[in-house]
Amino acid sequence: MSGHSSASSSPLKMYFAVFFALLLGTGLTVFAATLDLGPFNAPVALGIATVKATLVALFFMHVWHASEKLTKLVVIAALFFLLLLLGLTMTDYATRP
Amino acid sequence: MLPTRRRSPLPDSTVVLHHEEQHRPELLHHFADEQQQRDASSLGMWVFLATEVMFFGGLFCAYLIYRHWYFGDFAAASKSINMALGATNTAVLICSSLTVVLAVWAAQTARRTLLIGSLAMTMLLGLTFLGIKGIEYRDKFVEHHIPGASFSFENEPIPGHTGQYANPSHAQIFFSLYFVMTGLHALHMIIGLGIFLWLFLAAWRGRFTPEYNTPIEIGGLYWHFVDIVWIYLFPLLYLIDRHP
Amino acid sequence: MEIAIPQPLERENYLNKRYGVWSWLLTTDHKRIALLYLISITFFFFIGGFFALLIRLELLTPAGDLVQADTYNKLFTMHGMVMVFFFLIPSIPAVLGNFLVPMMIGAKDLAFPRINLLSWYLYIIGGVMMLHCMLTGGVDTGWTFYAPFSTNFTNTNFIEAGLAIFVAGFSSILTGLNFVVTIHRMRAPGMTWSRLPLFIWAHYATSIIQLLGTPVIAVTIVLVAAERALHLGIFDPKLGGDPLLFQHLFWFYSHPAVYIMILPSMGIISEIMACFSRKRIFGYSFVAFSSIAIAVFGFLVWAHHMFVAGMSVYAALVFSLLSYAVAVPSAIKVFNWTATLYKGSIHYDAPMLYAFGFLGLFTIGGLTGLFLAALGIDVHVTDTYFVVAHFHYIMVGGAVMGYLGGMHFWWPKISGRLYPEGWARLAALIVFIGFNLTFFPQFLLGYIGMPRRYYDYSHMPEFQVLNVLSTAGATVLGVGYLLPMVYFLWSMRYGKPASDNPWNAAGLEWKTASPPTTFNFEEEPIVTWEAYNYEELDAPHTQEVPVAR
Repeated sequence: MSGHSSASSSPLKMYFAVFFALLLGTGLTVFAATLDLGPFNAPVALGIATVKATLVALFFMHVWHASEKLTKLVVIAALFFLLLLLGLTMTDYATRP
Repeated sequence: MLPTRRRSPLPDSTVVLHHEEQHRPELLHHFADEQQQRDASSLGMWVFLATEVMFFGGLFCAYLIYRHWYFGDFAAASKSINMALGATNTAVLICSSLTVVLAVWAAQTARRTLLIGSLAMTMLLGLTFLGIKGIEYRDKFVEHHIPGASFSFENEPIPGHTGQYANPSHAQIFFSLYFVMTGLHALHMIIGLGIFLWLFLAAWRGRFTPEYNTPIEIGGLYWHFVDIVWIYLFPLLYLIDRHP
Repeated sequence: MEIAIPQPLERENYLNKRYGVWSWLLTTDHKRIALLYLISITFFFFIGGFFALLIRLELLTPAGDLVQADTYNKLFTMHGMVMVFFFLIPSIPAVLGNFLVPMMIGAKDLAFPRINLLSWYLYIIGGVMMLHCMLTGGVDTGWTFYAPFSTNFTNTNFIEAGLAIFVAGFSSILTGLNFVVTIHRMRAPGMTWSRLPLFIWAHYATSIIQLLGTPVIAVTIVLVAAERALHLGIFDPKLGGDPLLFQHLFWFYSHPAVYIMILPSMGIISEIMACFSRKRIFGYSFVAFSSIAIAVFGFLVWAHHMFVAGMSVYAALVFSLLSYAVAVPSAIKVFNWTATLYKGSIHYDAPMLYAFGFLGLFTIGGLTGLFLAALGIDVHVTDTYFVVAHFHYIMVGGAVMGYLGGMHFWWPKISGRLYPEGWARLAALIVFIGFNLTFFPQFLLGYIGMPRRYYDYSHMPEFQVLNVLSTAGATVLGVGYLLPMVYFLWSMRYGKPASDNPWNAAGLEWKTASPPTTFNFEEEPIVTWEAYNYEELDAPHTQEVPVAR
């Protein structure tokens, strides 16, 4: 159900655009992994992954056009607590002698 | 349109008509109206996905810590899993996410053939993913990289550090996390396939209309989430240190 | 005491609408599911209590003479696991929450009634697995099942216990999901967020914790089970694993879990305090937001359980500071409840007696948590009876008191009967006395050095006096807990039929019949009044007597 569906062809254009962006991102990730970027290999890979995940969430899962603010709040809350788990645990591991 | 199957009320449930209403049979009686039912179902799936984020999050936490501690050993172990198959699987899942949004759009615009075709394609792609995963697991079994009694990871060089070899115990931690994380992901895929089979059968019987297609939408949300988890698993597990 | 004459209830309600075992086992009525839970959790309360009794009997004497060391390890483990996972975490949300949340917001049922029934079945399956585990030897890892003991060294069947907890955890997650969606989506017209009873705010906050915390312990159990079965090395130091990682993942859930146990109780206290002071809760918004704050802050403090485990001291500093912060919203609530009493018209019915007990005992328990949050003090009292006393003050003096108060307060609504007030007040007094006699000596014991989880303290026989006091208190407490069970059951047949609103309390649930019909409301209510409108309820022109007895 989409409270405000635009003209029937424009969501399709968007879906295919996102689809190609995702495939492109995958190719880019693989290519970047074969380069020696020093300490930036991991951030680049994770950065591209985050862009891909964001595209899926915003456009395939309709978060961008969500009529309910609550949907966005649930997504943000989940990410917040995930980062909390990862981040606060790392305060221990990063500061051990 | 084919007649829809009426949900039979359980004994002593609230699903009992006690006043006459002209409404669609899909409306459950404890809801005030269809909009409320739709909003509740959608919110319910989103909240469930939030719990799944935390479920996988615990594993990501463990993974990140050990990767930080044993980078070289993890890199060596990562090199031994098949990047081409992993990348292919990533593409397969991305295609399946596309077929899912096409299915939702088809339901919203009363395109029955596209709907059924997209749902079937999604399942096919999901099975492809699992098939490729099966091949990868079999490879690991053959190479004795499955953690446990028969695990062996001797004399594997650490990438970028000539002369150094990976510590087998630390490599075993990598593989333990690899199997638990991809295994749980695969389990979620299997559940997703079950959900989409149900959606496919319901769509075949004409259950979904532009006014009522919430199950497809929320099934789609679940599928996209499983895709997102893989989007992160692929670079983390397969691409630790792949440059020559 | 009047002659007991059985007085059947004539009107159709959710209890007598349909008879037969299957009408209960396949019900989707939230009220019937609440009663199914009530029976189940009471059963597990007895089991957990039985283990507590054996523990206290062993500790009567310094020597380890009642049971062997391994058995004692199993006793405190099973006591903890059953009480935490099968009593405290489900209790209030699954019983009172299930029963009241839809009614308090003006809904016919929860958002997902069949998932609600599934929650109960998952709880039962987990419970049966835990019972089977107990009957086949039990587990001796402590309820905290730390690695590497649970993964490598214990000879007991931990995997079964772990899976039982996993299944019960899934039940908890689904209950939380149901509540969040219900509260967001099914409020009656006019029931805005600022008109919600604080009981609802408390359950909303609790549900957030259940949803976001439980999955982490679920995946931790998966890892422990996998490690135990396959010797993976994730937590085994000999293979490069870190036992502290287990503790981080475990406590990430288990600390917020204690807020799952206390927040619903706080919600009950707000309702009781308002009704029996005949006043709106002082600082409603502060109490509501404090519930959310407790839920969020509760996720920031878990490593205070690990101060002496070998974690980084800099991280310990951070967690210590955060642990001080988490006490603030709880303190805000205590101040607000106290302020509610000021210039209120106080009635000393049994629910209020439990609420008073809660107020004092929760405060003591909470303040002693601050002692533990201080790194310097924690080094000395951690893993002693000081900690045991601290958490029992909150769990038993706080959560269980609130639960009993709530059961008494809503009993007329649930059963359509009045319980005998005299006996109830006596029971409340016995519980209060028994509780303090059991657990206050444990603060002293911990402070003077008695370690927890020890079955033999013959190296320090001077601990015995306080231990004897504690065991004596436990017996009194047991009597106090048995009494309500007896008179509640008695009242179901012989109690005076209750009116719709015997307390003249505020809240939509009191506008339903006692007991309610299956659909709760004849027609959907439209809310035009604020929460806790006691001034209107007590205004001279109303027909009802302020406190009906």
